[in-house]
Amino acid sequence: MKQTKKFDMWSGVTIIFLVLFVLFLIYPLLGILQQSVISKEGEFTLQEFTKFFSQAYYSKTILNSFKVSIAITAVTLLLGIPFSYFYSFYHLKGSKFLFVVGILCCMSAPFIGAYSWILLLGRSGVVTVFLKNAFGIQLGSIYGFGGILFVQAMKLFPLVFIYMNGAFKNIDNTLMEASANMGCVGIKRFFQVVMNLSMPTILAAALLVFMRAFADFGTPLLIGEGYRTFPVEIYNQYLGENGTDHNFAAAISVIAVVVTALVFFVQKWATSKYSFSINALHPIEKKKPTGIKGALMYLYTYGLVIISFIPQVYIIYLSFRNCDQAVFKPGYSLANYQLAVKRLLVRSVKNTMFLGVGSLAVIILFAILIAYLVVRRSSVLNNAIDTLAMLPYIMPGSVIGIAMVIAFGKPPLALTGTALIMLISFVIRRMPYTIRSATATLMQIPMSIEEASISLGASKLKTFAKITVPMMSNGIISGAILSWVSIVTELSSSIILYNNKNITLTMSAYVAISRGNYGLACAFSAILTVLTAISLLVYLWVSKSEDIKL
Amino acid sequence: MSVTITVTHALKKFGDATIIPDLNVKIKEGEFFTLLGPSGCGKTTLLRMIAGFNSIEGGDFFFNDRRINDLDPAKRNIGMVFQNYAIFPHLTVRKNVEFGLKNKHFPKEQIGPQADKFLKLMQIDQLADRMPDRLSGGQQQRVALARALCIQPDVLLMDEPLSNLDAKLRVEMRTVIKQIQHSVGITTVYVTHDQEEAMAVSDRVAVMNAGVIQHIGTPKDIYQRPANIFVSTFIGRSNVHKGRLVMKDGVPHLKLEDYTAAVPHVLPEFRQEQEITISIRPEEFLMDRQPGRGLKAIVDDCVFLGLNTHYFMHLTDGTQVESIQESTIDSVIAPGTEISLTINTEKVNLFTADGSRNILEGVRNDCEG
Repeated sequence: MKQTKKFDMWSGVTIIFLVLFVLFLIYPLLGILQQSVISKEGEFTLQEFTKFFSQAYYSKTILNSFKVSIAITAVTLLLGIPFSYFYSFYHLKGSKFLFVVGILCCMSAPFIGAYSWILLLGRSGVVTVFLKNAFGIQLGSIYGFGGILFVQAMKLFPLVFIYMNGAFKNIDNTLMEASANMGCVGIKRFFQVVMNLSMPTILAAALLVFMRAFADFGTPLLIGEGYRTFPVEIYNQYLGENGTDHNFAAAISVIAVVVTALVFFVQKWATSKYSFSINALHPIEKKKPTGIKGALMYLYTYGLVIISFIPQVYIIYLSFRNCDQAVFKPGYSLANYQLAVKRLLVRSVKNTMFLGVGSLAVIILFAILIAYLVVRRSSVLNNAIDTLAMLPYIMPGSVIGIAMVIAFGKPPLALTGTALIMLISFVIRRMPYTIRSATATLMQIPMSIEEASISLGASKLKTFAKITVPMMSNGIISGAILSWVSIVTELSSSIILYNNKNITLTMSAYVAISRGNYGLACAFSAILTVLTAISLLVYLWVSKSEDIKL
Repeated sequence: MSVTITVTHALKKFGDATIIPDLNVKIKEGEFFTLLGPSGCGKTTLLRMIAGFNSIEGGDFFFNDRRINDLDPAKRNIGMVFQNYAIFPHLTVRKNVEFGLKNKHFPKEQIGPQADKFLKLMQIDQLADRMPDRLSGGQQQRVALARALCIQPDVLLMDEPLSNLDAKLRVEMRTVIKQIQHSVGITTVYVTHDQEEAMAVSDRVAVMNAGVIQHIGTPKDIYQRPANIFVSTFIGRSNVHKGRLVMKDGVPHLKLEDYTAAVPHVLPEFRQEQEITISIRPEEFLMDRQPGRGLKAIVDDCVFLGLNTHYFMHLTDGTQVESIQESTIDSVIAPGTEISLTINTEKVNLFTADGSRNILEGVRNDCEG
């Protein structure tokens, strides 16, 4: 035991991480907790919580968020699972197109979809007006519960699709043949065998979708109208125009975290009922879709991706239309982009790139080190670091944003308004993806590879740098791309942390929308969309894989 | 340069569980030494203690006169071949082989030629620029060997190197390994649970069980005169029966049911009437179709395997026994036939009643504790 118990470089890394997490995660979260129960006069009180639960006006926001998130989760599963089934079990023509477009949809900035759908189907939306004038058809309202559900489902179903592709890929063809042999085929086999085998993945996808939907700020803000959700309420209480109440915002945050934690544990419990792992020696042989069934499959898959991709295309189209404030005029020009240049476009892009690249670099470094600590140096402390690092996975962005402001809004660590605080919140929020994929990859690397290197005379550090890290790179990259895209499109915590100096592209787009400057907003959104699309396409091209691990 | 490996009073614990209580072994210079035993017996643990990947809770490990207990694994100058080969997947075959040379600070101009020499030796020189994922299992095994040997280690350690290969390749590769080891002349410690493989490659074999070495000897020694009943049943197959040793006219006889036979080569200190355990290998039963003076047995089943025919029988008291006979050209003995079994008394092994010790002359065991 002499060797393993020795204090070495890795013990130092453990301590550094503990300090970092205590300072930048525990301390801010405790700050929220404190602010929620300590009144302005400095006394302990539960009045904020009583206020929240006694007034339906407030308590309804959590209930609303919960209801709409559950609905979104259900609908995305209903849309995504058949989509992935057709994709994985049949030779669909242009499947690459379906895959890439699907990814592009779910990776777009959170509010662009909502904004674009308003422009299409809203009260004075193009389609609404056209249908009304040409056929006298009244479209139902796109605002409120239905709107949030529609927009989010369209945006998030590809997440289910990506997850399920992984699960379906791991189903061994012999299992399908065996069940056919026992007389279980078709729909029956789909429900009894395929669905049960992929249940762990379905639950994982459901959790991810739920967390995304629950924490989403942009969509309900734009399209929710009377349907009030809690992230919007937190924002209003914290930064709103009339009557802010920081203590109350903190209390709502605490309640929100309790809800997400509950959902998380329910999901864990459900997953534990399906603890098995599958690995296919004989992958599914794809069939050719034929006849009416085949035609319907094409209609379904292409129809779905095209509908969910429309908002992004439409935004790019609108960005070239002439526009005066909130009214689009005939004719095309680059006027919106020229205006954007005047309105901090250069600074936004610079900030976005700087914050994106910077936080990604930190995330990759930390993820590698944490994965190594957890997998190769498993101990109570290192497992605690892992749990801490994963904590933000279930924290709504607005909660993290407020926690940051509370903790670092005053000396000794006055970081509010700096780029650093944005960077810290991005790292904390988006690191879990990369940690998970790095950890999963490292677990699959046998210990003996590192031992081989050491027995060949390489030092431990050299082995880590020359053998372990290069072997982890695939897993790191697939996690990092998600971290990257979600950093670039991050809204819910930056809206609390941003100012004119550290403004990002996403924020610029949002500001333009909120000021009713639609053409400008389209220009910013278009640039953002193109930026994320390019990053993803470069990733897909470089990795040559259809494996995006979430 | 090859070394003698000396291990004295080795102790290994994982938490509270003692894996190896007190182990002594001396491995000679240039020897092909195999640790053989069932899974969980501590053989890989011992190998990894020698390599430096497992901590040592007690005892001393020496390479020649140098104590290596606290020496960094990177500085022990060992070549190691792993069960899963542990080829670096992101490096080409040549880079894999050169990896150790670079770390050992070989003179730059010698790295290329040295790697070439071992690539040629392992007959993989034409694969030098391939990535490992385009190699078959046997080829990966050759890369692993070339990589381990080209740093000119003092000791070569192999941890079940053939267990991931298919049967035919396994036989082929074990010949390759033995030939290479002989031509390089390096002290080699080889771990396996496959007794046939151990027999095929080793100069000496140590049979381990529950962290204790049961028997160290040449393959012939451990097969023909196993030190105890565990070795006898682990190496090859054996029919184990409770019997008696009786003295007739001063000559010891084994007695199994109503069958007796003289066994004059019992060690002097055991020449007295006592309960014994008799271990009879299938080929040590001689079958006679005429009921005679041997053990009565009824044939239950026979399996024709080409060279040999296996017979499964039961004795009159119901005990199952197994015998192997060279196949003959005339018909096999049909199930249901009653036959008479005699024992090849020169080859049969007799143990004390508890099986802990062979009571015959001619047991050669280098195990010191």
